Amino acid sequence: MLQYIARRLLYMVPTLLIISVIAFAIIELPPGDYLTAYMANLAQTGTQASEDAIAALKRQYGLDKPVYLRYVHWVWRLLHGDMGMSFEWNRPVAELIWERLILTFVVSLFTTLFIWAVAFPIGIYSAVRQYSVGDYIFTGLSFIGLGIPNFLLALVLLWFAFSRWGVALTGLFSPQYMDAPWSMAKVLDMMKRIWIPVVILGTSGTAGLIRTMRANLLDELRKPYVITARAKGLPEMRLLFKYPVRIAINPFISTVGWTLPGLVSGATIVSVVLSLPLNGPLLLNALLNQDMYLAGSFIMLLSSLTVIGTLVSDILLAWVDPRIRYT
Amino acid sequence: MEERALAAATSKGKGNGAVPAQLPEVEERIYVASQWRLMWWRFRKHKLAIASVIVLVVMYTAALFCEFVAPANPYAPNQDFVQAPPQRLRFWDEQGFSLRPFVYGYKITRDPETYRMLFVPDPDKKYYLHFFVRGAPYKLWGFIRSDRHLFGLVEADQPLFLFGADGMGRDMFSRIVYGARISLSIGLVGVMVSMVLGTLIGGVSGYYGGAVDLVVQRLIEMLISIPSIPLWMGLSAALPPDWPPVQVYFGITVILSLIGWSGLARVVRGKFMALREEDFVMAARLAGASEMRIIVRHLVPSFLSHLIASLTLSIPGMILGETSLSFLGIGLRPPVISWGVLLQGAQNFRTVAHAPWLLLPGLFVVLAVLAFNFVGDGLRDAADPYAR
Repeated sequence: MLQYIARRLLYMVPTLLIISVIAFAIIELPPGDYLTAYMANLAQTGTQASEDAIAALKRQYGLDKPVYLRYVHWVWRLLHGDMGMSFEWNRPVAELIWERLILTFVVSLFTTLFIWAVAFPIGIYSAVRQYSVGDYIFTGLSFIGLGIPNFLLALVLLWFAFSRWGVALTGLFSPQYMDAPWSMAKVLDMMKRIWIPVVILGTSGTAGLIRTMRANLLDELRKPYVITARAKGLPEMRLLFKYPVRIAINPFISTVGWTLPGLVSGATIVSVVLSLPLNGPLLLNALLNQDMYLAGSFIMLLSSLTVIGTLVSDILLAWVDPRIRYT
Repeated sequence: MEERALAAATSKGKGNGAVPAQLPEVEERIYVASQWRLMWWRFRKHKLAIASVIVLVVMYTAALFCEFVAPANPYAPNQDFVQAPPQRLRFWDEQGFSLRPFVYGYKITRDPETYRMLFVPDPDKKYYLHFFVRGAPYKLWGFIRSDRHLFGLVEADQPLFLFGADGMGRDMFSRIVYGARISLSIGLVGVMVSMVLGTLIGGVSGYYGGAVDLVVQRLIEMLISIPSIPLWMGLSAALPPDWPPVQVYFGITVILSLIGWSGLARVVRGKFMALREEDFVMAARLAGASEMRIIVRHLVPSFLSHLIASLTLSIPGMILGETSLSFLGIGLRPPVISWGVLLQGAQNFRTVAHAPWLLLPGLFVVLAVLAFNFVGDGLRDAADPYAR
């Protein structure tokens, strides 16, 4: 087991390295840089920056050095926890990202729990009562859940709630808590609103997992050992949860790593639609304004965290299913 | 007919004698059928998949001939009909039934408080729909000049808003039909690119195995572990804003395929791994066939059906990717019309509350995605030789 974890940790190094190259490429790819965008803005408003001021700004942001040197600098500083400055906000990137990132992971965590809590019983029910009315209803619902993109669901829900009850379901906090420091009351307030993004983000994941759970459990239920156990007179409930469910549950664990990138991806767009204080709107703005360090570091951080998430789920899976450790 | 009647008659006479007489015929039909025919027989049983095929054929045909199908010019704004609600197609009124459907014109008033335009159907103005009417001139595929439209109103000065009008008074129905061309084709082109990359890389990885395989597998795992939307966002924001629309279109397609190929490569690799140990590969090798010939002539045909099924299942992701990026404003940009660009108009829920028909492009996205999923599921079941 330790050896397995060590090997997986070792694999992470090249992965993270390549992700850093991609993230840096995203920083570098746009033609021009933040300064040219900034200049264009200035020119539009009628002011002209002097040559000296431009040169000074370039030096300050390291834009006068060659690309590979900038990459090395960037990675080096990243390793020391310094993600650079945001041009637009004129604040350290780390400061900007941190709170949003925590909220993103809180929402992702709740969504995962929601997906499990819903998909698990429904998947078992659909498999045990195959081709029953309930099975058909859930199957139909899960197909629709898979087909509707999350952001569209968010739009429809917003529209429905607004036109029906006149409430705007946007944001994660009530207005009075928006800028308030963290307190028990603020957390409670968040809990009242968090279910909206959680449900929206959870639909497609839930639908997918129901399908997997149903298929896996059906495969298991047809195996001879189930018949043996039944012939021995084991009560149906005990039989179900003791063996087939335990094997069919593997995809739940192995998909944690897969659902996490999916959730973070989905949350990016949904949070723009719902104007949640998560990473989405910040990233979108950073990309649109070529706020390079903010965007690049953000993608780097999100990717690294999902890589770690995948690692955790792989370890969990190896712990639950010994066969995986030795392959 | 006569023969069957005869067989039925003899079966009555001889009891169960007809069963062995008929069975070989059916068996023979299955025995001589090609693999594709067997697949078709099994696919035919999926009613939902067949229905989805029909939906997709209709959608793609409309997209192909969008200039002809759309009754109006999707780019022409009309100040008089900003956010006009959809007109209902009617067959009945006080004068009774009419086989030719008609719509009522609008009675336009202004809200005394908000000055918002209010549209009420006006039963005094009746306009009948006709097939193949003359309307706005267009160039089909950019070179066939015409002004015939599939359907429309003979009264050229009257607007026809079957799906309502957008914030600039443009016909939503026409815009959705035009958007279908971009949104539906981007999935196909993207899948083509993914297929080439996926089969090539997955094939090499599975056929050679060893170190190559290890590197490719790590690469794929890595790509999967990066959250796709932030990555897509980063890459498509990097597309120069002064690119012409066609170039942006292909740029987006390449970006979408950059991640799409990985899943496909896994399928291909798995199949290669399983198949390269088969006897027929050994036989081909002993017969002196080259590596390339073995791959192209012997290995690829044996998993082509699986490949097609996985390809079909990966199209929805591409369509959704384009829609999401364009919706956020970093994919395709107006004046290009795609479903994602259209949905941008529905970004603000306060606007949508006044004009819910702005969400209609989303309905078509969902429809296309579901149809591709069902067809893909049907194909996958049909392609599996071990299916029960």
